[in-house]
Amino acid sequence: MLDDLRELYQEVILDHGRNPRNYRNPPEANRHAHGHNPMCGDSVVVHATVDDTGIIRDVAFEGKGCAISVASASLMTEVLKGKTQSEAKALFERFHDMCTKDHAGDPDGEELERLQVLAGVREFPMRVKCATLAWHTLSAAMAGADDATTE
Amino acid sequence: MEHHANIVPWQLVRDRLGIVLRIVPIDDDGNFLLDAYEALLGPRTKLVAVTHVSNALGTVVPIKQVIERAHARNVPVLVDGCQAMPHIKVDVQALDADFYVFTGHKLYGPTGIGVFYGKSELLKDLPPYQGGGEMIASVTFEKTTFKPPPHRFEAGTPPIVEVIGLAAAIDYVQALGHDAIAAHENGLRSYAETRLAQVPGLHIVGTAREKASIVSFVMDSAHPHDIGTIVDRTGVAVRTGHHCAQPLMQRLGVAATARASFGVYNTRDEVDVLAQALESVHEIFG
Repeated sequence: MLDDLRELYQEVILDHGRNPRNYRNPPEANRHAHGHNPMCGDSVVVHATVDDTGIIRDVAFEGKGCAISVASASLMTEVLKGKTQSEAKALFERFHDMCTKDHAGDPDGEELERLQVLAGVREFPMRVKCATLAWHTLSAAMAGADDATTE
Repeated sequence: MEHHANIVPWQLVRDRLGIVLRIVPIDDDGNFLLDAYEALLGPRTKLVAVTHVSNALGTVVPIKQVIERAHARNVPVLVDGCQAMPHIKVDVQALDADFYVFTGHKLYGPTGIGVFYGKSELLKDLPPYQGGGEMIASVTFEKTTFKPPPHRFEAGTPPIVEVIGLAAAIDYVQALGHDAIAAHENGLRSYAETRLAQVPGLHIVGTAREKASIVSFVMDSAHPHDIGTIVDRTGVAVRTGHHCAQPLMQRLGVAATARASFGVYNTRDEVDVLAQALESVHEIFG
């Protein structure tokens, strides 16, 4: 297999794509949004639980999509627990840069290092929206919007 | 089974005029159901608009019977021939089609141009849909009169470059000959169906009795977009997604498919490359 494909479909991605973590709809979740990519029809629902102090206690998701979008949603739910909403926003910005810019810099912090497995989409511009769909949806949920789209 | 291009414009008309749209069902293999279609034709049916060939499945609709049954009730028929023109010899007069439309870009021609054929006795009563230069007989501030068809429908400066390009594409296809094209493409399709059937966990979507050279498929192990990315790296371009036919995807119970569409320039070697790439998809995701 070609190197850039191997970089894209790392074992971690395949694992999270097959066995997504936090694939559920917790009854206590108080932020929800539905995201979809009209170009491909993929759709995801993000359920977040934010406490009174603005800390994200839990993130879960449901939906259907390709290996990249499911793995990205799954990894997102893992790295955001315990973060404040502004930390989540900053993380999304750094992650987005990682997926789109050639010189995004080395990942600083444990969360970005974990998300680094998705950086392979940089070589596949068509797939950037797959990797960022769940994050766009989370942003919509935090902003109080019901819907998000990659377009 | 229609492309969005034969759904959305009618919904815009519906919202403006209050017409009712009735949808002809298909079976699980993607066959157009002629008898169910006939049962939908009623005294208030004003037009039948139907694709000749499905862009997503390759189904060839029995268009001659569709037209005969509509004409038995004095209903005119508009045929979307975008997918038929590159693959099938089309004689609009033998079919007795009232309207037949197709685009240039599926016929190896330029984008942004197409052909709208209509019987002259129907066109002569249609009002212009767009106003401008070239389409008028005379203009005063009180009143404008229009040229007869087809000029009445060609307001403004035409896309000259595209017209010349489309004519060259039509000459090219006619020089190859539709019999030779069909023989080449059908050979590729049946070879591809045999090769793809050997890929573990692959299912062909759309197995109608009569098909043009399209093989649409899904795999148990991988989403069509992941299939597309891997196949693309071998130099084979497949279309992945809903193929601008979301209602069809819902009918078939799939979110998306991958689709190989064979043209005059494809070869059996390329089918082999595709099949090998799909075997690696199975190895990676299976």
